[in-house]
Amino acid sequence: MRIQEYQSKRIFSHYGIPIPKGRVAINAIIADHIYEELKPDVVIKAQVLTSGRGKAGGIRLAKSAEQVEEISNSILGLTIKGMPVKKLLVEEAIKIDQEYFIAILTDKDAGVPTLMASKYGGMDIEDAVRENSSAMYSLSIDPLAGLLEFQVRSAALAVELPKQLWDEFANIVMALWKLYEENDADSVEINPLVTSEGDKLIALDAKVNIDDNAIYRHPDLSEYFDLEEEDRMEYQAKKYGLSYVKLEGNIGCMVNGAGLAMATLDLLSDQGGKPANFLDIGGGANSEKVSSGLKILMQDERVKVIMINIFGGITRCDEVAKGLLSVFKDSDNKIPVVIRLAGTNAAQGLEMLMNSGLIVAENIVEAASLCVKISKEKAK
Amino acid sequence: MSILVNNDISVLVQGITGKEGTFHAQKMIDYGTHIVAGVTPGKGGDWVLDGKIPVFDSVKAAIEATGAEASVIFVPADHAADAIFEAVDAKLKTIFCVTEGIPMQDMMRIKRYMQTSESQLIGPNSPGLLSPGKVKLGIIPGEIALPGNIGVISRSGTLTYEIVNELSKAGAGISTCIGIGGDPILGTGFPEILELFEADPETEKILIVGEIGGKFEENAVRYISQHNTKPVYAYIVGKSAPEGRRMGHAGAIIEKRAGSAAYKIDLIKNAGIRLASSIEEIPALLLKS
Repeated sequence: MRIQEYQSKRIFSHYGIPIPKGRVAINAIIADHIYEELKPDVVIKAQVLTSGRGKAGGIRLAKSAEQVEEISNSILGLTIKGMPVKKLLVEEAIKIDQEYFIAILTDKDAGVPTLMASKYGGMDIEDAVRENSSAMYSLSIDPLAGLLEFQVRSAALAVELPKQLWDEFANIVMALWKLYEENDADSVEINPLVTSEGDKLIALDAKVNIDDNAIYRHPDLSEYFDLEEEDRMEYQAKKYGLSYVKLEGNIGCMVNGAGLAMATLDLLSDQGGKPANFLDIGGGANSEKVSSGLKILMQDERVKVIMINIFGGITRCDEVAKGLLSVFKDSDNKIPVVIRLAGTNAAQGLEMLMNSGLIVAENIVEAASLCVKISKEKAK
Repeated sequence: MSILVNNDISVLVQGITGKEGTFHAQKMIDYGTHIVAGVTPGKGGDWVLDGKIPVFDSVKAAIEATGAEASVIFVPADHAADAIFEAVDAKLKTIFCVTEGIPMQDMMRIKRYMQTSESQLIGPNSPGLLSPGKVKLGIIPGEIALPGNIGVISRSGTLTYEIVNELSKAGAGISTCIGIGGDPILGTGFPEILELFEADPETEKILIVGEIGGKFEENAVRYISQHNTKPVYAYIVGKSAPEGRRMGHAGAIIEKRAGSAAYKIDLIKNAGIRLASSIEEIPALLLKS
C-alpha cells in the first residue's frame, strides 16, 4: 500500500528525518494562504501515487502570489498516469547544492532488505542507472542483525558525501531503517535527499510503501491510506475480502484462485475479448462472498456478460451455486451469465443452478468463447 | 516414490483444530497420508478426527510422542510465521506452509534463521504436494490426478488443479505435483524442485507453471539451461495483467519489465523450453514429444 508524499513526510518527521516546511492545499486559495507563511519562494507538488510527477509538470516553483494561483490551478487540472490531481503540497523552496538518492527496498528474490544509495539523485536517477549500473550503490542488510553503522558509512563513502555530513547522514539512514522495520514497509525512498547551504541534509521527497500482508498489524497507519484514490468497486471488494482489480473491458469475471483468474483473463484476451476486471474470490469462499462478488460485477455498467469460472478444491461448488442463487432471487438481472463449475461438488452445484437461466459451459475454453461472442454482439 | 518426502512419511498438522486444518487433515488421511499428530497451542491433550489423532501444545512434544518428520501448516497468517519458526527449531525436515499472506519482514527473518538449519520450507501460500496414488501433503484435490511420469511445479493452486485435470482427461499422469506458493518471498524456488525432479527416476518430463511478478521463472530458466537433461515445458499466466496492480497473489505484481509475462515468455523461448500458450495446449504438447 503506497502512501502519499505529504503523509510519508509526516511519518518521516515523526522519525526525525528533516523535511521542508509545508502543508496540503485542495485549491488555489488555500495554497495562497500557505504561500503567505512560507514566502518568498514555494514549490507546489501534485499529490498522486505515481512516479514521474516532475516530468509531467506536477512539481513547479512559484515566486509570487499570482504564480501560486496560476500554478495551483494548472496542477489541479492535471491527470498524471491516469490519476487526477486532487491535492497539492505547498512547501518552502530549498536551495539545493547536491541531490542524492537513498532507499531501503525489499529484495524479494534474495529475501533480504537492501540499502541503495546514489549521488545521482533527482528526476533522472533511472537514466543515470540505466547508462551506468555502478551509479547505484547497493548492499544487503541482514534481517536479523539489522542495518549496521559501518554499512551506512560505506554508503556515505560510495556517494562521496562530504565528511562533515556523515553523522547527519547516519542519523537519517538509521531513522529510515527504523521506519522500514517498525512499520513493515515494503520500501522507503528519499529522492532527492539534498545538501543545502553546505551543512544541512533535507529530504525533499518521501515515498513509503507498506507491505500489504502486514497492514493488519498497523492499525495506526490506516489514516494514511487514501481511499479516495481507490476505485469504489475495488474498495467494496476489499471490504468483503475479495481481490478485485479494475480493467478496461466489458466481460465481468469471477474466478476462485489468482492463478486461474489470470489464466481466465488471458484466455478471454486471446480470443479477442476484453475483461472488465480481475476478481478472485479466494479459496474456501462461502456463499456470502460469492454473492457480494457477483453484485459488484452486476453494478458495473460496462459489463455486458459475466463469466464465472470455478475449479473447486477447498471451494465447494454447491456453496458457490447457493451464493449465486441468492442474488438472482432478489434481482431482475438482465446481464447474461456464463458459468463453468468443476471439482468439489460440481454436480450438486450444477443441479441447483438448473432452472436459474444461467448458461452452463462444459469447460473453460467453451465458457470463454461464449462470453467473447456475447460481449461482441452486445457491444454492437 | 514422491519427490521431497517418502510415501510413508509421518506428518503432523499445525493448526489442526481450525476449520481448514481439520478438513484437510481428514482429506490427507483419506488419501492414505500418514498423519500422526496435530499441534494447536492450548489444546494439547485433545483428540480430533473421530478421536484418532492426538493434539499437542508444541511441535517438539508432538515429535517426541509420534516421530513426525514433516509438517503442514494451516495456522492463520498472524501466527503462521511463529509456527514456521517452531517447526524449524524442532528440526522437522520438510515444512509445507499453506497459509497465505505472511508479512514479508517475518519471511525474511525466517529465511535467514533457516540458513543454519537442515529444514526445507515450501511456501507460504503453497497448495502442497501430491504424488498420485502415493502421498498427499496439503490441499491439492487427490481425485483429479492420475499417476504417471510428469513432474509439475507451480506458483498457484486452482490453476494447477485445472492443468492436472486437463492432463488426466488426456490420459497423462503425474509423478509429483508441487506448488511452491504465491507469496512474494518463498522458502523454496523452482531450481531446488527442478533438481529433485532431475534426480527422480519416476519423472520423465517436467512442467513449470509460472506467473507475473518476481524472478522465480528467471531463476528456473537459468537452472534448466545449466542442469536439466529431462525435457521441460512451461506455461505462464498474466499476459493480460496491467503493470503495478497486484493480481490476487501477493507475489503477482509487475513492478518492472522483468516481472511481466512477455519478458518471462521471451526468456523461456530463448532458452529452448517448450511453451504452451494456453491451458488446452498443455496436454497435447506434453504427449506429442
